[in-house]
Amino acid sequence: MSTTLYDKIWNDHLVDQQDDGTSLLFVDRHLIHEVTSPQAFEGLRNSNRKVRHPKLTLAVADHNVPTTDRTKGISDQESKIQVDTLEANCKEFGVQLFGMDDKRQGIVHIIGPEQGFTQPGTVIVCGDSHTATHGAFGSLAFGIGTSEVEHVLATQTLVQKKAKNFRINVNGELPLGVTSKDVILQIIGRIGTAGGTGCVIEYAGDLIRSLSVEQRMTICNMTIEGGARAGLISPDQKIFDYLNGKPMSPKGDNWEKALNYWNSLKTDADANFDKEINLNAGEILPMITWGTSPQDVITIDEKVPNPQSEKDEDKKNSIERSLKYMGLKPDMAATDIKIDKVFIGSCTNGRIEDLREAAKILKNKKISSHVNAIVVPGSGLVKEQAEQEGLDKIFVNSGFEWREPGCSMCLAMNADKLKPEERCASTSNRNFEGRQGRGGRTHLVSPGMAAAAAISGNLDDVRKYQN
Amino acid sequence: MQKFNKLKSIPAYLPIVNIDTDMIIPKQFLKTIKRTGLGKNLFFEMRYDDLGKEIKEFCLNQSPYNDSKILIAGKNFGCGSSREHAPWALLDFGITCVISSSYADIFYSNCFKNGILPLILEEEKIKELSEYANRKEEISIDLNDEKIFYGNNEFKFDIDPFKKKCLLEGLDDIALSLKKADKIENFENGLKNTKPWIFND
Ligand code: SF4
Repeated sequence: MSTTLYDKIWNDHLVDQQDDGTSLLFVDRHLIHEVTSPQAFEGLRNSNRKVRHPKLTLAVADHNVPTTDRTKGISDQESKIQVDTLEANCKEFGVQLFGMDDKRQGIVHIIGPEQGFTQPGTVIVCGDSHTATHGAFGSLAFGIGTSEVEHVLATQTLVQKKAKNFRINVNGELPLGVTSKDVILQIIGRIGTAGGTGCVIEYAGDLIRSLSVEQRMTICNMTIEGGARAGLISPDQKIFDYLNGKPMSPKGDNWEKALNYWNSLKTDADANFDKEINLNAGEILPMITWGTSPQDVITIDEKVPNPQSEKDEDKKNSIERSLKYMGLKPDMAATDIKIDKVFIGSCTNGRIEDLREAAKILKNKKISSHVNAIVVPGSGLVKEQAEQEGLDKIFVNSGFEWREPGCSMCLAMNADKLKPEERCASTSNRNFEGRQGRGGRTHLVSPGMAAAAAISGNLDDVRKYQN
Repeated sequence: MQKFNKLKSIPAYLPIVNIDTDMIIPKQFLKTIKRTGLGKNLFFEMRYDDLGKEIKEFCLNQSPYNDSKILIAGKNFGCGSSREHAPWALLDFGITCVISSSYADIFYSNCFKNGILPLILEEEKIKELSEYANRKEEISIDLNDEKIFYGNNEFKFDIDPFKKKCLLEGLDDIALSLKKADKIENFENGLKNTKPWIFND
């Protein structure tokens, strides 16, 4: 029978299957961080259980860590307790940890690929919904809850039911200034935040194949905003080249064997999908979100929607609620939206290529005098690389602050946050109410668009600044 | 885990769609290392004003809804992050059953791990049940019979049989899976031959 890439990975990891389809799936790689793991370790301790395979587990502190000077440690007591607890748990259970002072420290979904911990054809889980990022490598990667983290630690397996197959084909070429962030925002706008519920999405088509490894990660990362469990892309030579020589990648004989297997990870030509949609890359424009859900997207040329033109009562109310929260008027032009802050970073857009893209726009320019802007590299290694390329200087000269790696203002659990009614152009993935700070207003954009907004002082078209 | 069997309560109704996990429990409360104590911060931003005072208009601040065990809400409930703090907060507040027409996947499975029953009903039924919330009348749920009773009416709902069993018996997932330890071991041994790079020994 013809199978999809998802089917193949699923079948390859089945430890057990009950008659009703409830399955026990083997987990090859488990990432953990400080926020969703303490209760899982506590559970293990309470029932006298061990971590079954400490070597298949990798831990990092990212959500709570300060992005300013770290020599003084963490001043917020609760954050400190969480980070210290992670450290103590890793020590007790023998799990490798990238601590706050390790230069490999960074956002969990950035360090996995960076270290070669993320590999094609594996099942990867983490107590974090953006685990979907790793699907860019052709792995089945998804977020789990803390009880499931405990389950994986104890058994190296997970209880799952098979999801549906959903394929999104993107063909054609992207216009100048349009990036993979715009592609995924466009997709979410089209399918809605519940469009992928119960599904695993495979991204395919010649546009997807033409993307770099990092650009693919941006797309898979936001799969969860489209409601799907996981998003994946068939691995190819670009992926293999990326992984070759990474610290945790297979070596020698094992590399050859792995490569052999990885090359087989493709959806059969006549495999069946429960759902399928097509997008033309040539028609995608730079996108922004105007509201408080990632599906609230418009292009930079468009206007903010008017609830009066919406017939459906639920939708009308939801637009009204969003506009009120966002402090926007119906029908105003996207480019008339003035901003106070800019955040470049997160597991969506905190990698080296993202920083290069923003720096290209910012070179020899100054940001608007009323804008406060920060860049938070996704990991210590991204930071180091950027500094070698002189990107930090470009950012700082233009008026940005150059920070230490972490999640930072993506979810504002550390000190980086918006004040009430402050408005931010952000390269992160969620624009929920209060996501970047209570009462804060978030507009999701690509790194280039964030740079353009910083220069103009309002949301603006990145194509204006394209050299 | 607390067993779930029968439940009777005046439901609370939140007619908002896409209630995300940041709304259920904002991130400042994720810094805990415990599962308990989150109930007072459930729906924090909607429930308290800037000075930390309860907002009277918000339904969970009003009697009898502050004692509701059943929450009825708009579609796509629990979207957003994977934080299990969301069901922990609901549970700590006293809510053990959520009724919506759809849920985000991770939230949905997190509920079952904590003895919460997330029921999926059609929009029409939800409208009907929300009237009971408005009139402050009780409805009851019988998981074993898969039935909801309201006024003189009753109807059957659907639920995955295995998930139902786990809720009814309060089964611990890990213990269940560890019963299959030999299968896991077999699988691992196979893996060492077919994909030696996974264990990287
Ligand atoms: S960067 Fe944001 S989305 Fe990514 S893991 Fe951190 S908090 Fe989650």
